[in-house]
Amino acid sequence: MSETNNGPGAAGLEQGVDWPQGIYGLFKQNRIRQVAYVPDAGHSRLIRMCQADNDMMPVSLTTEEEGIALLGGAWLGGDKGVLLMQSSGVGNCINMLALPLSCGFPLLMIVTMRGDFGEFNPAQVPMGANAQAVLEAMGVIVKRADRAEDVVETVSAGMRMAFNIYRPVAVLIGQRVIGAKDFRKLTKTGAEQ
Amino acid sequence: MTTLLRRRQVVRTLLKDRDGLMVVGGLGASAWDITDAGDEPTSFPMWGAMGGATMVGLGMALAQPGRRALVVTGDGELLMSLGSLATVAVKAPKNLSIVVLDNEHYGETGMQETHTRFGVDLVVMAQGAGFRSTIRVNTQGDVARLREAVYNGDGPLFAVVKVDPEKLPLVLPPRDGAYIKNRFRLAVLGPDALHDE
Repeated sequence: MSETNNGPGAAGLEQGVDWPQGIYGLFKQNRIRQVAYVPDAGHSRLIRMCQADNDMMPVSLTTEEEGIALLGGAWLGGDKGVLLMQSSGVGNCINMLALPLSCGFPLLMIVTMRGDFGEFNPAQVPMGANAQAVLEAMGVIVKRADRAEDVVETVSAGMRMAFNIYRPVAVLIGQRVIGAKDFRKLTKTGAEQ
Repeated sequence: MTTLLRRRQVVRTLLKDRDGLMVVGGLGASAWDITDAGDEPTSFPMWGAMGGATMVGLGMALAQPGRRALVVTGDGELLMSLGSLATVAVKAPKNLSIVVLDNEHYGETGMQETHTRFGVDLVVMAQGAGFRSTIRVNTQGDVARLREAVYNGDGPLFAVVKVDPEKLPLVLPPRDGAYIKNRFRLAVLGPDALHDE
């Protein structure tokens, strides 16, 4: 297994810990069926595993708050689900959180962070730097992992809490785990270097 | 000269003898309308989360493929979540219908006109998103066709019912979200719904 930080393209293999595989295992153990997501580099391997699983129902969203409402409906119909997203989508969810908060729906949001640790893009910082505060202001329970070896345990704790206490829970996966996207490498001149 | 349909009569027709139909009522008048037709355990009236009704319907339709799900919502509520039409059309659940009661106004907040008042065509938007089954409802005969499609057609279905922008007395559902949630789950999932697996 590669130990180098290959950036978002190899998301989840950083630091030698295959946390996407670990999260997928948690989904299987906990009979997660509806996996709602807004495409995100940090979650790309996990999304592909869920798409390949015939027992799961992946749902690609146009915006993150769709997932909050989807998973409310899923719970009403007896399905357990999760929402995969990036920190920039946290703000989109705020008013929709009234649904799980007022009804006591379990909700697990697994959020990969941007604007958090070594960010290149200034526009990612306002939401990334405030995602945890904004979620907590709404009454969402937030747990955070900043080392690859902590990710699976933190998601496991968040999942137990969401489904045992019927509350929205967000697990934030720090940008330190994912690796900051290096835009310079993606430009034409950078690619030639 | 045709007169506009009346929303409560349309909803009563749709929900009469509803059997196991799961019903989501979007925030505002639509939630009062489904309650007027009978406050049933398999109803989920929404007191907030504007723009969420369609996706709540998708989640329950995917979870319960053996049952029919119906979202009843307004033009203002749907306009807040047009992207969800694309999400629904891509998943294409056969058991989901979305019925928009289009009075061309925000009725709960002072009767300001919505975009549908100025020509925005929600049926064309749904068709563009990929809904193959769409109905425009303007007459009693159309309502009968709509009812048939909701209960027996191949979904996902999208329908716009042009309705009178009349101001009606509120018919309020229970406000306790935990109660509304749990009575729904008990009705759909049975007595074990509230116990750990």
